[in-house]
Amino acid sequence: MSRHAELGLTDPEFERIVALMGRELNEVELAVFSLMWSEHCGYKHSRKLLSTLPTEGPRVVMGPGENAGAVDLGGGIACAFKVESHNHPSAVEPFQGAATGVGGILRDVFAVGARPIAILDSLRFGEPGESPRARYLLDRAVAGIGHYGNSIGVATVGGEIYFEPAYEQNCLVNAMCIGLIETEKLIRSAAAGVGNVVVLFGARTGRDGIGGASVLASAELGDASEAKRPTVQIGDPFEEAKLLECSLELLDAELLVALQDLGAAGLTSASAEMAAKGGVGLDLDVARVPLREPGMEPFEIMISESQERMLCVVAPERFEAVMAVCEKWEVNATAVGAVTDSGRLRVLVGNDLVGDLPVAALVDECPVYELEPARPSIPLYPAPSRALADGTAPGETLLALLGSANLASRRPVFEQYDCLVGSRTARRPAQADAAVLMLAAEGAPRPALGVSIDGNGRRVACDPYRGAIEAVLECSANLACVGAEPLGLTNCLNFGNPEKPHIAWQLTRAVAGLGDACRALGVPVVGGNVSLYNEGGDGPILPTPVVGMVGELPDAARAGGLGFAQAGDTVALISARGWAPSLNGSELAKLRGAAPEGELPPADLGELRAVHAAIRQAVRSGALRSAHDVAEGGLAVALAECCVAGGLGAALDLGCAPADARDAEALLFGEGPGAFVVSGVRAAFAAFGAAAAVLGTVGGEALRLDGSHGRLEVGVAELSGVHAGGLATLLARA
Amino acid sequence: MKFGVIQFPGSCDERDALHAASLVGDAVLLWHRDHDLQGVDAVIVPGGFSYGDYLRAGALARFSPLMVEVERFARHGGLVLGICNGFQVLCEAGLLPGALLPNTSLRFVCRQVELEVVNAQTKWTGACARGDRLSIPAKHQTGRYWAPDPVLDELEAGDQVVLRYATGNGFNGSARDIAAVSNRAGNVVGLMPHPEHAVDPLTGSVDGLRLFRSAALLAV
Repeated sequence: MSRHAELGLTDPEFERIVALMGRELNEVELAVFSLMWSEHCGYKHSRKLLSTLPTEGPRVVMGPGENAGAVDLGGGIACAFKVESHNHPSAVEPFQGAATGVGGILRDVFAVGARPIAILDSLRFGEPGESPRARYLLDRAVAGIGHYGNSIGVATVGGEIYFEPAYEQNCLVNAMCIGLIETEKLIRSAAAGVGNVVVLFGARTGRDGIGGASVLASAELGDASEAKRPTVQIGDPFEEAKLLECSLELLDAELLVALQDLGAAGLTSASAEMAAKGGVGLDLDVARVPLREPGMEPFEIMISESQERMLCVVAPERFEAVMAVCEKWEVNATAVGAVTDSGRLRVLVGNDLVGDLPVAALVDECPVYELEPARPSIPLYPAPSRALADGTAPGETLLALLGSANLASRRPVFEQYDCLVGSRTARRPAQADAAVLMLAAEGAPRPALGVSIDGNGRRVACDPYRGAIEAVLECSANLACVGAEPLGLTNCLNFGNPEKPHIAWQLTRAVAGLGDACRALGVPVVGGNVSLYNEGGDGPILPTPVVGMVGELPDAARAGGLGFAQAGDTVALISARGWAPSLNGSELAKLRGAAPEGELPPADLGELRAVHAAIRQAVRSGALRSAHDVAEGGLAVALAECCVAGGLGAALDLGCAPADARDAEALLFGEGPGAFVVSGVRAAFAAFGAAAAVLGTVGGEALRLDGSHGRLEVGVAELSGVHAGGLATLLARA
Repeated sequence: MKFGVIQFPGSCDERDALHAASLVGDAVLLWHRDHDLQGVDAVIVPGGFSYGDYLRAGALARFSPLMVEVERFARHGGLVLGICNGFQVLCEAGLLPGALLPNTSLRFVCRQVELEVVNAQTKWTGACARGDRLSIPAKHQTGRYWAPDPVLDELEAGDQVVLRYATGNGFNGSARDIAAVSNRAGNVVGLMPHPEHAVDPLTGSVDGLRLFRSAALLAV
């Protein structure tokens, strides 16, 4: 195998590079090109699709292309946020893979100057009931996320976890970070000012993570993946805690021209991107880079993915002040280079030039490939094993769903995360459909953010277009339930190998769905990440676009909660016209051993936007005592969740539920966007008009549900026990 | 009353403690490398992971220059409160008896817990009554209070057990469900739960404020 092929470059790509350079490349230059032209850095297969997403809006203050996007919160404050994947590292070494995933997304946010205030995670693993590997990955990835987030003192406030056989080899670990900043202090990453000093600060550079971006992130996982364990980076949250405080102090003192974190592809990507954005050149002397071990080759220094490092550009007269701040925080800092007007990235060892690369060719000439999508002619995903017989009584079906790995209580996981640090958390996990983070520690009313992260691979597998729309709708619905209005979203596109036509089709259709949903709801995309080649020996993962959404609410004191709150309250179903829950792609279908196939109900986006707005207004007005959206598991599961969260039963009749459901079972357990369960005084529902159907009353010690299915009655204690035990039991076996 | 909250590298909850203290008095951040307590009337050693909890939780922070001043201040009767990592630091520094070991589950746990006030005579619990219940969150991986049995007997006999986890609320395996202890004089208190995260009804509870108010009420 030729050297360029080992580094992940195709023959035509290599020939193009040689033509651009006008000469053969040395080892350093080849290493740098292979990284910058990798899928991970160059977005070769996704750039065209991403350009179709709406990225503009009146509240957007920083769009895609920077370390993180940002939206205006008013009052001179902005919220910076982004989601990013760390899938392949986590599949190889879950603890460090997940930990450094959190570390990386934190750096993205403080690289724009924002103080991180919250983390959310979206995780996917194989079937934990069947697979010891799935339980091991879950256990260790959760521990890694907690290790990093807890130690650095940023609250982990939400997330989601789903288990499907298609993630058995290739788990997904997506982490989202949210930060706050004074809008005028947002800093960009464009290097500027010829003669300015380039300073590398943070951890020393070692051999860990070499080849992570090109080797791990841009190819399928195979049998040799174990041998790639050394390509996984090792995280040090204490180093990052110092780096975070140090970076924010440097920015606060206005000592920096530009700031960039070192993530995938390390110094190579950071320096090339800073130079490209500024239209300048950079000289880097790798001999000055502090190393963890002696004898590292220049190319190794350039491509190392050692964690907890930042690169900044500093005017010479401020250099001493920068060094003083770094010394205060016990952070290593070294001048490693200078900004030039050459337009070239020059790598030096002392006075010896060991690499000389045109920045524009590295960043702008990276090839962009046309996808060749083709709808698959045969089903892509095998049916899961059957866990529930057909024809079980509704009560038994409900208990089976509530205790299933996908729907059981996440408490055994989220209790391992500090969700409180920062004293902003007005809605913790399991209290509401979205986390609520207050912007200030005092005052009334108290403005706050609502944040949510969602994605459902099984439904996207059924229909990539409608499934992706549902991910956006689910986030928006979750925000509505706490009273938050969406401001912007970030997405992480987790897919298989886009060079395969059926994966290209999934990707193309899903991005079309995302774009249409964002336009219809008026929510711009401010940034994100693409993770392709998520395939193991058993085939591709389910197509999994993960959406993270940030919204605002005027007063945290009126933030909604999901649990029934008071006996005697009236319960209503609020549903969009045409709400048509079906069992296709549902959790119940999965328990019955159905493959992720079948038509999903269409979504009338204009109608759904109006319903979300109505829910949001009702929550904000204080008229509702609980609000919860009907999602996985359908209406019966949503009602049971309201009972469990509130510790209260309810006596309900579905007789007048307006759903366009095919049968009693589809009404109880079918899935499809557009319905909410709310409770409060009866008069509160008048505002919903015909969208509201009164179901009954909160109270008692059982959930009693009458309808064309007959009567379903289960004690709240039993519901709670099954819900609490499902995942806890599996984790205990890890 | 002027509170000082120490900031170590790796502290996490120092801003929260600063805010909580500022609700009942003046509050300033103190930098761990300084040698000056800036004339504060009470010192709070906050939660977090000082020095990454490397070596052992709290083991490195106790050697910070400012801790020399804190030890002198404490031995002269100054008010000192150690929260979570701060409790660990005070135990490492010998200002409080006992030690904090890893939770029996070996996992980090974040949970709202009910505490029972055992001694309302300390400088940090004077605004409570014996038997009061406080709802305060706890979040830690190394919070199992431990001391040899004779020391535990002595602590109980000497009213140095300040707070206990109420029945069914202990999750970390602490000896005799101890959540907080004091020194003999009652001016130094350490606890694993986080009173600074229970000072705002919108985050779930205001019971933690009573500890800060207890200290503030002592101001002349």
